[in-house]
Amino acid sequence: MTTAIATEKERYVEAFERLAASRAEHEPGKITELRRSAIARFEDLGFPTTRLEEWRFTNVAPIAKAAFDLSPSANGVKAGELADFRYDGTCELVLINGRFSPELSNLEGLPDGVVVSGLEAAWSSHPEKIEPHLGFATFGEHSFVALNTALHRDGAFLFIPRGVVVEQPINIIHLGRTDGKPFACFPRLLIVAEESSQSTVVEQYGSIGDGNYFTCPVTEVVVGANATVDHYKLQRESISAFHVATFQLLQHRDSNFSSHSISWGGGLVRNDVNAVLDGEGAEATLNGLYMVEGTQLVDNHMRVEHAQPNCDSHELFKGILEDRSRAVFNGRIYVHRGAQKTDAKQTNRNLLLSKNAVANSNPQLEIFADDVKCTHGSTVGQLDELGIFYLRSRGIGEEAARSLLTYAFAADIVERIKVPSVRQDLEEFLFRRLPKGDVVRQAV
Amino acid sequence: MSLLHVKNLHVRVEETEILKGVDLEVNMGEVHAIMGPNGSGKSTLAQVLAGREEYEVTEGQVLYKGQDLLELPPEDRAREGLFMAFQYPVEIPGVSNVYFLKAALNAIRKHREQEEMDAMEFLSYVREKMKVVKMEETLLQRPVNEGFSGGEKKRNEIFHMAVLDPVLGILDETDSGLDIDALKIVAEGVNSLRSEKRSFVVITHYQRLLNYIVPNHVHVLVDGKIVRSGGKELAEELEDKGYVWLEDKLEMPVGV
Repeated sequence: MTTAIATEKERYVEAFERLAASRAEHEPGKITELRRSAIARFEDLGFPTTRLEEWRFTNVAPIAKAAFDLSPSANGVKAGELADFRYDGTCELVLINGRFSPELSNLEGLPDGVVVSGLEAAWSSHPEKIEPHLGFATFGEHSFVALNTALHRDGAFLFIPRGVVVEQPINIIHLGRTDGKPFACFPRLLIVAEESSQSTVVEQYGSIGDGNYFTCPVTEVVVGANATVDHYKLQRESISAFHVATFQLLQHRDSNFSSHSISWGGGLVRNDVNAVLDGEGAEATLNGLYMVEGTQLVDNHMRVEHAQPNCDSHELFKGILEDRSRAVFNGRIYVHRGAQKTDAKQTNRNLLLSKNAVANSNPQLEIFADDVKCTHGSTVGQLDELGIFYLRSRGIGEEAARSLLTYAFAADIVERIKVPSVRQDLEEFLFRRLPKGDVVRQAV
Repeated sequence: MSLLHVKNLHVRVEETEILKGVDLEVNMGEVHAIMGPNGSGKSTLAQVLAGREEYEVTEGQVLYKGQDLLELPPEDRAREGLFMAFQYPVEIPGVSNVYFLKAALNAIRKHREQEEMDAMEFLSYVREKMKVVKMEETLLQRPVNEGFSGGEKKRNEIFHMAVLDPVLGILDETDSGLDIDALKIVAEGVNSLRSEKRSFVVITHYQRLLNYIVPNHVHVLVDGKIVRSGGKELAEELEDKGYVWLEDKLEMPVGV
């Protein structure tokens, strides 16, 4: 058994050595150093097992055991294949199998000074903007962040200069497509929003075909003083895809960050969200909606750190589970000593549509300040039978009544999505997914 | 043939028998009031007629338009023209009142092999019906009953009834908790819907409602049985003497 695990790790270490030889010359020494310590850390950590508290309900053995190709090419995806992921009025940055695709991207019409670029390309064009920020997602205790840090080749870099308002949402489309050969990719995204800027970023993960592959992204976001960033993540990959993502957020004084993480794709999906509110008056809204069926597993691990006084955080995660699917929600709120007047609220609600679906919800509060308001709540329940009867008594069929109430459960999150095309996309998905969706479409 | 014929209806919830042999016959165009003290089984009767599955019918029969009503699922009862206004209307967040009604009306029309209404047609139809209960436009767009006041919820029930155009309307304590102004609006709404082609069963705890909705028949339900039936003057008599009057009589030995 020990040998087998060693082999699993070795594959990644070997890939690292191969990459080191071929890596772009313009990579700064600091990053090369970071990669070296990351792969060393991964060698120590290996893949997590369910014996670790943080991975108790999520078994990543299928990822560890798979013989993924670790240097996939950005194979010939055609523009027409992107139709499902495109939104009107957005600029688009397209990544295929972790690599930036300039031909498929559309980066027209951005205000002066705004950078929306592939990460590898940005290393030569804007190293001074990247270097101070990239790599603050810590990998000391996280194998997948270590892997991404060591093995990432490309990704996206977004830079919104001081005071600039970017009206059009920036749509980052990451697509995976195998050519019959399962692969792993490690896209790295860095978003730097300078003081008093305002922007909207959509981060999509999708598949072309029903590919069996593994996406392991790390997204780092720095929100400068008084800046606003609205972020949306859509997980819509194929049912045979694995996705283990880390979202690392650093907020400065008076900044406002909101995120809506929508997850319906992927066979095994894990999102680690680590938010650090590191300036007075910062506000973070971290909402999510997951809808899983079959044997899908979605695991959201939230950690919100209040490092300074007078910061607010709001988390609302709702989940709809069918069949034998499983969901994990782990919400940790950590309030530092001195972070007085913290207002932190966390809610996780799960709707089980099947007797065999399982939701594990685990709120954790660690509070080291004495004048704070922290609340958390979690529920796991079924559809309200009285509500179903009410709808049926008006002539709506039973199946449609259940779908309507399921939709209504999700609507809470759907309605908070400010980008119309993203909201429509999610609505359309719900109409397709829910039985008698045509009745739901008519009724909402 | 009567529109609704309840014969010796016995109903149980969990282990408790609530209705102990109810008989009721409602003809087309009639308004029947069912009065009774708390816990007498009034709401149970309404809910059983509407098709609530938690209630178990242990004996008896209900014929509606000559067919076995109890065989039908709740949605088919609604599509066949039966409507119950809930005592406690349910809040459905995330589903807009007006779009929900459109879906409901079209489900009913489809069942009746009528053409479904499109958005434009429906909107002008709904505006007509809004007048019936003086509905405010804002209550149309809001989620079903969410954040409505008690009076608004009851008015919304009558509004739903007006839109869905039933043959038999059952009002389950629609008057309870309403102030006199709200009560009048609800009663006027019901009165405007009265016709030779529509019947009502009005369930109430208080006689006051019957000053505004004048029934053809009044029945008094006590302890799961109709103990007295009569004309509208029975309601007035009850108002004077209270339910105790009938409850006491029940306890007297037969023939006294």
